[in-house]
Amino acid sequence: MTLELVTGNHAAGYALAAAGEANRFARGAACGIYPITPQTEIVEYVAKFPFSKGRVIAVESEHSAMGVSIGAAMAGARAFTASSSNGLAYMTENIMVAGFYRLPIVLAAVNRTLGPPWNIWADQGDTLYLRDFPCIQLYCETNQEVLDSTLLAFRLAEDRRILLPVMVIMDAFILSHTQTETDLPEQALVDEFLPPLSLPHRLNFDHPATIGGLTWPRETLSQRVEIDEAFERVPAAYEEHRAEFRRLLGRDPGGAISAEATEDAETVLVASGTIASTAREAVRQRRRRGERIGFVKMKMFRPFPGEALLQACPNARKFGVLDRDYAAGLGGVWWHDLRAALQGRRDGAIVQGYLTGVCGGDVTPDMIDEVIDDLLERRSAGKPVWKGIDR
Amino acid sequence: MSAAPQLAQAPLACSEECLMRPGNTNCGGCGMSVGLTFLSRALKETGQTCQLVIPACCGIVTAGGYPTTGYSVPVLASTFASAAAFAAGAAAVRDLNGESHHVICWAGDGGTYDIGMATISAAAERNDNILYICYDNEIYGNTGGQRSSATPIGARTTTTPSGKIEGKKDIMAIMAAHRIPYAATLSIAHPDDFTRKMKTALAMTGFRFLLIHSPCPTGWKSEPGESIELVRLAVDAGLFPVYEVFDGWRYRINVRPRGGDVREYYRRQNRFPADAIDFDAVRAEIDRHNERLARLAQVFPAAE
Ligand SMILES: Cc1ncc(C[n+]2csc(CCOP(=O)(O)OP(=O)(O)O)c2C)c(N)n1
Ligand code: SF4
Repeated sequence: MTLELVTGNHAAGYALAAAGEANRFARGAACGIYPITPQTEIVEYVAKFPFSKGRVIAVESEHSAMGVSIGAAMAGARAFTASSSNGLAYMTENIMVAGFYRLPIVLAAVNRTLGPPWNIWADQGDTLYLRDFPCIQLYCETNQEVLDSTLLAFRLAEDRRILLPVMVIMDAFILSHTQTETDLPEQALVDEFLPPLSLPHRLNFDHPATIGGLTWPRETLSQRVEIDEAFERVPAAYEEHRAEFRRLLGRDPGGAISAEATEDAETVLVASGTIASTAREAVRQRRRRGERIGFVKMKMFRPFPGEALLQACPNARKFGVLDRDYAAGLGGVWWHDLRAALQGRRDGAIVQGYLTGVCGGDVTPDMIDEVIDDLLERRSAGKPVWKGIDR
Repeated sequence: MSAAPQLAQAPLACSEECLMRPGNTNCGGCGMSVGLTFLSRALKETGQTCQLVIPACCGIVTAGGYPTTGYSVPVLASTFASAAAFAAGAAAVRDLNGESHHVICWAGDGGTYDIGMATISAAAERNDNILYICYDNEIYGNTGGQRSSATPIGARTTTTPSGKIEGKKDIMAIMAAHRIPYAATLSIAHPDDFTRKMKTALAMTGFRFLLIHSPCPTGWKSEPGESIELVRLAVDAGLFPVYEVFDGWRYRINVRPRGGDVREYYRRQNRFPADAIDFDAVRAEIDRHNERLARLAQVFPAAE
């Protein structure tokens, strides 16, 4: 194991390139790339990488970046790209296509506030708004998790039971531009973890189909049902690939959720991304003071691991959800989905949303302490509580 | 429908059969259908095959409803703006794997002149190894006949109900300005020239652009049986100059206008409101354009 001091962007770039390189004995790797702060170093890393069998095409927009990756994937190559914020918004139409075409494209996304106004700081709104698309979403807490999840993402995406794009997501700057010690696995190990890609429905002269032409309601409906079935299979498949990752690389890339001290907890704090680190620590301190509070970090957002969360928190009656995002007129997206997951499953549970660090503000231990105090005192859930604003 | 659509499973090499199978739903007299048969012929005569990337347009409807396919080669439908990007990715992987088929974009004027402009410009600037063919019917056919920037001045469309005020965009000048290896205009009324230039494009690498003047009886409000006659009139009158541009600067005029009466071209299409066209202005514009091309061909002739 060789630990190096790298940024989250470097970790993502390293993993994308190594995964692409691992397909050199099959149809190679190809992708379209386009810069946007704070993900730019990812595509720069990929552009510099000396692929044995790969093409990186620097295009004129995110829409085309995903377009090139779609064409490459359809021709059987391992494909990926990266973006942030308005870049993801601009890419949106083709992200949807990658999903509908069941292409195992990995999209590294660095969360940045959508604009205008132009704000380059962390906010998950740019990826969460893609929630209704056929695309798995994994949120990371550390640079190592970014690297590991990116490699895992390819295996999961290319699993024939799944065949869906996967987004691997990190917070702007807090991860993307912060160097931490990270293990960068050797190419040979990546080769072993990622077998050659063989896309079953790639463009093929023996079977000259028209992919994506006019399709009647019934047939399109079957496509949607198949996507739904693939999503159903994700949790189990994810665990298989996670175990294989652990076996080969000797490290746990993390589960769809990770729960701490939730067995007996009546109150549970839920968070994702880097806020999870701060929130976990705050909960540990409360525990030490004897408060019966637990913590759940959400890594997977799509499919939403509601069942795993319920099982991990058998006694919880109160959930506080920290959202670094704001869906207009609604509140936090994680909060909203958690409420939906609990519907009819945990009657009378209080699910309170907290809007923390929205638009990139710092989420401090003090802020989380305030949240916990509020949560513990609550007798009912109310509107999402905005934090970090003086009013 | 003349024949039942064939199932997608039937394995067909492009060289054995027309790209476009029987049973498609193209309107009678559609120039795109003719263009596809000429493309098939050029491929067949040169023993080559292709994959098609088709954005939203009538050309994708030609494929018919899933699970049948109206095409005998693999077709990838792209989003409206993305044909050149999807094709660039597929062509890159083809080249990485030492394969020899062509990756051809088959797109309407909307997907080319309008929404796809940035994507095409970028692929051309990178000289991506694709053949881009635009069948220009001067209208958004698929969505029922709205204006595009290829719609000529005076033409009525559903979004220019009293006739278009602006002129047609000179896409050939734009593509030539990218200094791509090859750009050419093709008329289905001149099949030999059409096929020859298709073959020229098929024999080259890099970004190649072909523009087909594609009659659309539905959008042009013309008689289906007159389609070929109409585009012949356009060539004769100099309204659609037939020429090729090498590397963006060497020109060759392939069919010289015979000084035909442009009025006849307009008169036979009900998209042009009677008496609303200023023919003197049209004539002057045609002459200017043709003279410019003739001079370019004289000063910067294509090598023989
Ligand atoms: C992003 C997007 N916007 C709009 C459309 C609707 N649309 C489909 S085809 C089309 C017009 C196509 O016109 P053209 O490219 O000229 O081809 P034609 O239909 O004439 O063959 C439009 C507007 C779409 N499919 N995607
Ligand atoms: S609308 Fe025009 S371009 Fe489309 S199929 Fe009919 S004739 Fe051809």
